[in-house]
Amino acid sequence: MRITLRVYATLCRYIPGASAGIPLSLELPYGATLADLMKKMGIPGEEVKVAFVNGRARDLNHVLEDGDEAGVFPPVGGG
Amino acid sequence: MWILRINMTDATYRLEEPSPAYKNLAGRAMTSTLVSDEVPPLCHPLGPHNKLVFSAGIVTGTAAPTSSRISVGAKSPLTGGIKESNAGSSWGPALARMRIKALVVEGLPKDKKMLGAFLTWDAAQDKPTLEFFDASDYAGRDLYAIYPEVYEKFGKGISVASFGMAAEYGYGNAGVVFNDMNKRPSRYSGRGGLGSVMASKGLKFIVLNPGGAPGVSMADKALFDEGRKKLLEALQTHDITKPKGALNSFGTAVLINILNEAGGLPTRNFSSGRFEGAASIAGEAIFEGVKERLGKEVYNHGCSPGCTIQCSNTWYKPDGTEHASCLEYESVWAMGANCGIDNLDKIATMVHLCNSYGLDTIETGATIGVAMEGGLLPFGDSGGAIDLIHEIGRGSSIGRTLGGGTEFAGKAYGVVRVPAVKGQGMPAYEPRAVKGMGITYATSTMGADHTSGYTIAPEILGVMGKQDPLSPEGKAALSRAFQATTAFIDSTGHCLFIAFAILDIASGYQGLIDECNGILGTKWTADDVYAYGAEIMKKERAFNEAAGIGKAADRLPEFMKTEPLPPHNQVFDISDSDLDSVHGEM
Repeated sequence: MRITLRVYATLCRYIPGASAGIPLSLELPYGATLADLMKKMGIPGEEVKVAFVNGRARDLNHVLEDGDEAGVFPPVGGG
Repeated sequence: MWILRINMTDATYRLEEPSPAYKNLAGRAMTSTLVSDEVPPLCHPLGPHNKLVFSAGIVTGTAAPTSSRISVGAKSPLTGGIKESNAGSSWGPALARMRIKALVVEGLPKDKKMLGAFLTWDAAQDKPTLEFFDASDYAGRDLYAIYPEVYEKFGKGISVASFGMAAEYGYGNAGVVFNDMNKRPSRYSGRGGLGSVMASKGLKFIVLNPGGAPGVSMADKALFDEGRKKLLEALQTHDITKPKGALNSFGTAVLINILNEAGGLPTRNFSSGRFEGAASIAGEAIFEGVKERLGKEVYNHGCSPGCTIQCSNTWYKPDGTEHASCLEYESVWAMGANCGIDNLDKIATMVHLCNSYGLDTIETGATIGVAMEGGLLPFGDSGGAIDLIHEIGRGSSIGRTLGGGTEFAGKAYGVVRVPAVKGQGMPAYEPRAVKGMGITYATSTMGADHTSGYTIAPEILGVMGKQDPLSPEGKAALSRAFQATTAFIDSTGHCLFIAFAILDIASGYQGLIDECNGILGTKWTADDVYAYGAEIMKKERAFNEAAGIGKAADRLPEFMKTEPLPPHNQVFDISDSDLDSVHGEM
């Protein structure tokens, strides 16, 4: 299945050439979770503070579906 | 400790012993109490009976980390209710070190001539002393031109409070400005038109030089030191506030992308929760852009002395010269996503112009968004938006209409979608996508104000647990708890950003309480934090009710209840009884 991933802030450093918010298109086996996606991309799961799938915050054990759009963040704050 | 009263009717001042009832009050608690006690709620904000009150926090002026906030209070020309707006600057610590609990500006001048006040420490008399000076040469001018002249005139070691041309016109959108660490006129008590109150009093500057002053007195220094160390450790450990953490690296604009992912980044005057240009204006883009233009990574600087978080950035032109400081999340959103503008150079120009003219960036961006909705110019027209800020600064007819703020502009242009509560434009979180924040906007005594109850922490950022931002469940209680705790933090003089660390790290929270107990000699516990904050909110609420701003004003604009917001297609579905419970169950 095809997944779109956007990485942000300090997580960009795990993917050579990645820029914050620029979508990456990936092929994953059906049934793959967010954790599987992080593993495939070499992003340590413990550095992911908030993960979104289609705009909703999800745990790393969330099972992805074809066409999902994921966005992952380290701890961020501001105001 | 003193209350310093400056009477602008006859250009005199006097020092008073504070009432014993004020013993533990500082910052927002002090400004809101004094305004409640002395300002008639029905007075005209720019008339003779309004008072402008400055107060530094309980721990401001000490070695407590990230604690240099100064609160400014008055009846607001924008909302007609009570206002407290705080800023980070060396000005707050300078006032605290001179042991001035509150500086109150009263009366109205008999003529239009502007004066300045220069406040120093008189070692022989062991008290502060004040001299007035003629400031008429500084009126009607760019703040970036006059600040260097004031520094030149008064020499080293000073801090400067002032206002810009926007305030001289009496706009609802005009802030009180303080210096940053690099003498820029860029740290604002921006919200609610407090600059216009100061301008109405004809007091162009309050310049402080605390040299020789004794500093903040402490009941139990050992306890204070124990507290500040606990707090410092929490700040330096937490991922958001630690050195080279999110705030220090990417600034507050690191929030652009996460609010956009969550579908809660207000776009094109609150017509969508997603902006297709978000990534190009976010904190990461600022960091990368600066790196490209300067050829090195630059981490952020502090807005004020003693800050360990250091979240303020500077944007540079392609030739490496300074363009604007600081590009905050709120400012970048207001000029950017909210106006459909995705160019950081244009946004930087707009932010710099707001600082030059003395405007609140949030109110300015929200107002231009409404003007775009009203057909004055198209969304995305950055050149047109820059021209409009100049019109506001020049005081032209269009400029005066827009200087009145978001709601005023909405009426002038016949716009229905007007994102404001109690007359104050909404900040950078969409209530239909983050329900708790919507409750804060609706019920804050300040009008639409994100800082007064920052439920974004659990709803979006995963700080203090995780809550579903789209769910209305339990959000009134959440907002109430945040609002009360925030009123306390606003009174300590700490920056609200310490909350990220202390809400997750219990010893940091205890450190904050220990610091205050060490200074005041109190025996507060966590329960007292809530009670102290709730007491402030009750006073503010009572002032607003007496000013004619009651329950009916604790509501969001109608369109948010009827227009579903993409991408989640949600409306604001918090019931009126839930909104009323925020104050009703306080």
